[in-house]
Amino acid sequence: MIKIEHLVKNYGSNCAVDDISFEISRGEVVGFLGPNGAGKSTTMNILTGYLSSTAGTVTIGGIDVLDNPLSAKKLIGYLPEQPPLYLDMTVEEYLNFNFALKGCQLNREKHLKEICEVVKISDVFKRVIRNLSKGYRQRVGIAQALIGNPEVIIFDEPTVGLDPKQIIEIRNLIRTLGRDHTVILSTHILQEVQAVCDRIIIINKGKVVADELTENITRAVENNRRFNVKICGPQREVLAMLKSKPGIVYAEVLAQRDGEAYTYMIESEVGVDIRKNLFYTLAEKNWPLIGLEALGMNLEDIFITIVDKTDSRKALTSKNKVNLKGKSSSLEKEVAQSIMDKTARAQSSSIAGSGNKSDGDSSAK
Amino acid sequence: MLAIYCKELRSYFINAVGYVYSGIFLALAALLCCFTTIKSASYSTSAYFTYLIFAMVVLIPLLTMRLFAEERKLRTEQLLLTAPVSLTGMVLGKFFAAFTLFVTTVIISCINFFPLYAVAVVERNNGSYSTTHIGPVTSEIVGRTIGVILIGAAFIAIGLFISALTENQLSAAVITIAVLAGTVALSLANQYINVYAIRFVLDWLCILGRYANFSYGMFDWSALLYYFSISSVFLFLTIRVYDRRRWN
Repeated sequence: MIKIEHLVKNYGSNCAVDDISFEISRGEVVGFLGPNGAGKSTTMNILTGYLSSTAGTVTIGGIDVLDNPLSAKKLIGYLPEQPPLYLDMTVEEYLNFNFALKGCQLNREKHLKEICEVVKISDVFKRVIRNLSKGYRQRVGIAQALIGNPEVIIFDEPTVGLDPKQIIEIRNLIRTLGRDHTVILSTHILQEVQAVCDRIIIINKGKVVADELTENITRAVENNRRFNVKICGPQREVLAMLKSKPGIVYAEVLAQRDGEAYTYMIESEVGVDIRKNLFYTLAEKNWPLIGLEALGMNLEDIFITIVDKTDSRKALTSKNKVNLKGKSSSLEKEVAQSIMDKTARAQSSSIAGSGNKSDGDSSAK
Repeated sequence: MLAIYCKELRSYFINAVGYVYSGIFLALAALLCCFTTIKSASYSTSAYFTYLIFAMVVLIPLLTMRLFAEERKLRTEQLLLTAPVSLTGMVLGKFFAAFTLFVTTVIISCINFFPLYAVAVVERNNGSYSTTHIGPVTSEIVGRTIGVILIGAAFIAIGLFISALTENQLSAAVITIAVLAGTVALSLANQYINVYAIRFVLDWLCILGRYANFSYGMFDWSALLYYFSISSVFLFLTIRVYDRRRWN
């Protein structure tokens, strides 16, 4: 549905988007992640035809955005970071204007009514936008993007400034939309991506640094290899036992004391379920195990690691400096590294592929 | 384009701007007409139209100042630029909205001539001077009205272009007034220049230069073409401003 190839955007000498390529197929909900200034909004603005690219091609539904902007734009509904609302219009006027602006052929009243019901703004339909709360304004912005039933819907940080209930509503809405639309969602809230998207693309400094299905990441994240255990017993000895125990790669005391019990964080080897074994060992030593809690991995840490690594890779090529940062064993780093490696491989193969293709072309000529 | 045209026209009257502009324009036109004709016991509308053009220097920026500057400030231009509407359509939609309102007020202000005709009828009936023409010259009035409308179109195009350059309505208005006043000053100064070459060049630059033929009641096709070109040039520049912003 959407195909971006070798997209480059320079602002003067400043490179905002640096050779991005990816493809999004019909019906996918893709999360676009990245720190501030990573090039997310720029990429989205190029997709929607608001900005032009310095190099590279963007096609939407097979239509090149540069060659045929009007038909490409017809396929897109876009909610920019700041919803583009005319504050002095009523919601009704605003939606009617958008309906006309997009040259929509559907039955106007019926279509607008449907949209208002979907985004729940029917009760403010006659009110002036200036007097609406931020949540309602955001929803009017979303309604605007839905007009004309575009095949591709692009949301730039749709939940910023909303209250938790509204956030959940909007997320549900996006998930519903994902059933029969292609949705791109830019955000820096990770739970949101995890909750809503089929696929996550992380970009940093204008490059795609990770491109992975959400379920793969979630599976990696939820892999139960890390536990908080609460054990009654002498702290030092318990820790020594934990550290020396086969199957455990990492242990540390968390400074939480509960009577005579301490909490420890342990991490097992890949593919080893340490829990039973640990229980018997402790029973043998007569150190009662009074708590065991499986710890998921933190998606945020993975994200930060990916971003940090790509940052430092650019800043200094020596790998040692990167390693200095992590003194403890970290699953997040492993996961992050594997995702990045996979993405890099995919990217380089696609570049090599297109390179061969162009070679073939030139030789054919 | 039609959607943008309708939206702009409506938003003139959602905001106060449309009312302020029409109110001031019509009141001022009526006052000017009263003072230049009836009060000074004259049927000549020449002074009236000249003053009207001076008033337009201040009034037209009211129409054009917010057209692009406000869209840019409120980030609503993103909506227009990502909608399936061409840049040309967007600019023309806005231009014609302002032009429609302007032409409407000019046409309404033609009511001002009715008293003149009425007075002329009375005077003719009392008629001691039957040989000469008594009353306003209709061809002159029509010609001058068309001239004023054409000058207005050029002024609006200039204002639109300046509005596209800034993010602030007020600075758009001030710069537009300055530029329009500059062209008027140029045309006044032009009369005192004796070097033909300079005069010829300035005549091209100052927008009022071509108005003269209309004021004699002649329909001047070359002037029509000139005003059409001036408007087109500035509308084209406005489109270029937006196109260039996309590429930067």
